[in-house]
Amino acid sequence: MDAKFSFLNKVDRDPGNLIKGLQLVQAAEGYVSDDGIRAVAEYFSIPPVEVEGVVSFYAQFKRVKPGRHKISVCDGTACHIKGAAQVLEWMRQELRIDSGETTDDGKFSLETVACLGCCSLAPVMSVDGKVYGKLDRKKMVKILKEF
Amino acid sequence: MDPRIKILRIGVASCGIAAGAEAVQSKLKECAGSIPVVGVGCLGSCYAEPMVEAVLEDGSGILYGNVTPDDVPGILELGDAKRFTPPPQREAKQLVRVMALAGRIDPTDFDDYVSHGGYAGLKNALEMSPEEVVNEVKLSGLRGRGGGGFPTGNKWSFLAAKKAEQKILICNADEGDPGAFMDRSLMESVPHQMLEGMLIAAHATGATKLFIYCRAEYPLAIKHLRIAIEQIRERKLNVIDGRTLDIIIKEGAGAFVCGEETALIASLEGKRGTPRFRPPFPTDSGYMNHPSMINNVETFGNVPLILREGGEAYAKIGTAGSKGTKLFALAGDLSNPGLVEVPMGTTIAEIVFEIGGADRDKVKAVQTGGPSGGCIPVELFDTPVDYDSLKALGAIMGSGGMIVIGKDRCMVETARYFLDFTHRESCGKCTFCRVGTTRMFETLERIVAGRGQESDIALLEDLGRKVKAGALCGLGQTAPNPVLATLRYYRNEYEEHVKNHRCPAHQCGALVKLEIDHARCVKCRMCVRTCPVGAIDGDFRIDPEKCTRCNSCLDVCPKNAISRTDIGE
Repeated sequence: MDAKFSFLNKVDRDPGNLIKGLQLVQAAEGYVSDDGIRAVAEYFSIPPVEVEGVVSFYAQFKRVKPGRHKISVCDGTACHIKGAAQVLEWMRQELRIDSGETTDDGKFSLETVACLGCCSLAPVMSVDGKVYGKLDRKKMVKILKEF
Repeated sequence: MDPRIKILRIGVASCGIAAGAEAVQSKLKECAGSIPVVGVGCLGSCYAEPMVEAVLEDGSGILYGNVTPDDVPGILELGDAKRFTPPPQREAKQLVRVMALAGRIDPTDFDDYVSHGGYAGLKNALEMSPEEVVNEVKLSGLRGRGGGGFPTGNKWSFLAAKKAEQKILICNADEGDPGAFMDRSLMESVPHQMLEGMLIAAHATGATKLFIYCRAEYPLAIKHLRIAIEQIRERKLNVIDGRTLDIIIKEGAGAFVCGEETALIASLEGKRGTPRFRPPFPTDSGYMNHPSMINNVETFGNVPLILREGGEAYAKIGTAGSKGTKLFALAGDLSNPGLVEVPMGTTIAEIVFEIGGADRDKVKAVQTGGPSGGCIPVELFDTPVDYDSLKALGAIMGSGGMIVIGKDRCMVETARYFLDFTHRESCGKCTFCRVGTTRMFETLERIVAGRGQESDIALLEDLGRKVKAGALCGLGQTAPNPVLATLRYYRNEYEEHVKNHRCPAHQCGALVKLEIDHARCVKCRMCVRTCPVGAIDGDFRIDPEKCTRCNSCLDVCPKNAISRTDIGE
């Protein structure tokens, strides 16, 4: 196995830990690369196609390299009611990318998530895991400028 | 500094942190000298975060809300600025039992939990036989808080009756319903309470291994649970009836369908989280074919109360068929969103208007049960919340998400939103769910885009009935609910969309235009400067071809001169 995936040794080779293994790969690489898939398959003795099947099933796993800063716009019910679609539209206009894409300079990647669990602050988004609430256009642009 | 202050508490659950509590916490630590600054969990009134409580010598507390670091010196003098008094109706209607310790104890301090009555329930349980414990839970009338409402005591008795070397107990902490955050708050604020419930269940059912399946999106909850599990191990509380129990946290990877029992088990095994036919039920054959039982976080959180006070006493609260209290994550169009706990049988009106402070003239409906639930129109707000009354209305109790929908929201668009979610979250295993929800979603997209036909309404009803009847698991069987419920109560909105191509709430972008009222306009050019697509010309007219209906101009207009109106012919 590729030495750069040696951190997989932290988990047992039990196939029940497959998701944990993939989470480790994603934490290290920021996404799950083809090499990552092969390394995980080898480690757990599972065919790569089955690993790919698990990766594609769960929303958490990304197969494309993300930008340096990850923006997640929440589109949970409360945020949707409070205008999440609008936040996403503003974001599209500011960054000129769609959800699931990365800006050309590799600075930001944009995604929508189902719920960040901060519904009472709706609409919310998170940048690199930090949550920003009660968004309006001005506030959103100001936050982007911090990066 | 006021010498009466003994402890300073600050809410640092996710909502508090998102509102900026960490900066306030460091300022407090910097200024408070020898007074302990304790980071606590959810204080319930999320709309007033960050919140600080100054606890005085006599045990009483003074609350401050919407605190910034600059307010800290004033708080240390017990000043009046930023004092927060929860609205009296909110206090009167709530009955805080399951969340009683949230915001009062340090979630990472074992002794703090114990000194507030923690683990007394487990102690009582261990003095009883497993059968007696199951019986107490049956007597309490507790029903599953995850949404299904299955009697918890019965479920426990199924697993207890199994003779097997390995028996698995699973806590479903994969709160996937967008708009719900009860479980997150409970895990972040009082992690030991749910774990105590699991240990009691392990004694009652003879379980040998404990899993907690938690969303990876809840890092703080996972952190607090890990600390709590370590504290349990150090004190050997996980040794039950001579068995040393493994307690394992598994992080979910983001799939709504994993809330379904058999899908959750597949995911625990490291596989794609697709459900399978039942029987066999998990209590017969679950995780790795071992008998397994799944309860949700809030269900386990109720168990210590039952064992502390007895099943009969617990059952005094609630209605005939639904006992105890229920947590609701109240959000949407209202002034005081947050986490609320009410006795079963409280009416929706009491929750939305008296606790939530929503404006009676502006509310159209509430959505309960998230994408699996339905809406309840304001005319029926006298309905008490219990499993059976909500089901009769075409909604469900669900896990406790309660979203208030204002009069300016379009119900067709709301239904479209939920079907967008469910059709993407459908695992694809069974045809009715995979294809049925997709067709329903496409039909709704057509309607909100102004391309709907009158026959689309009948199509939605027909598809909805068939998906409900034909789908394999709970996701598909409930996915049509948001559509069927809105068709039942807001059919006129659907009809306006398909017959007159009009959105009565002026929400659907394809059916509205933005207009500037020139009588009000002061020509400040804010809108012109803000418009990202240059759709507003020098005469302050909006070009409907260029306009993307992003509402940016409407947001910045200081005179409220811009509005959304019918697009017309």
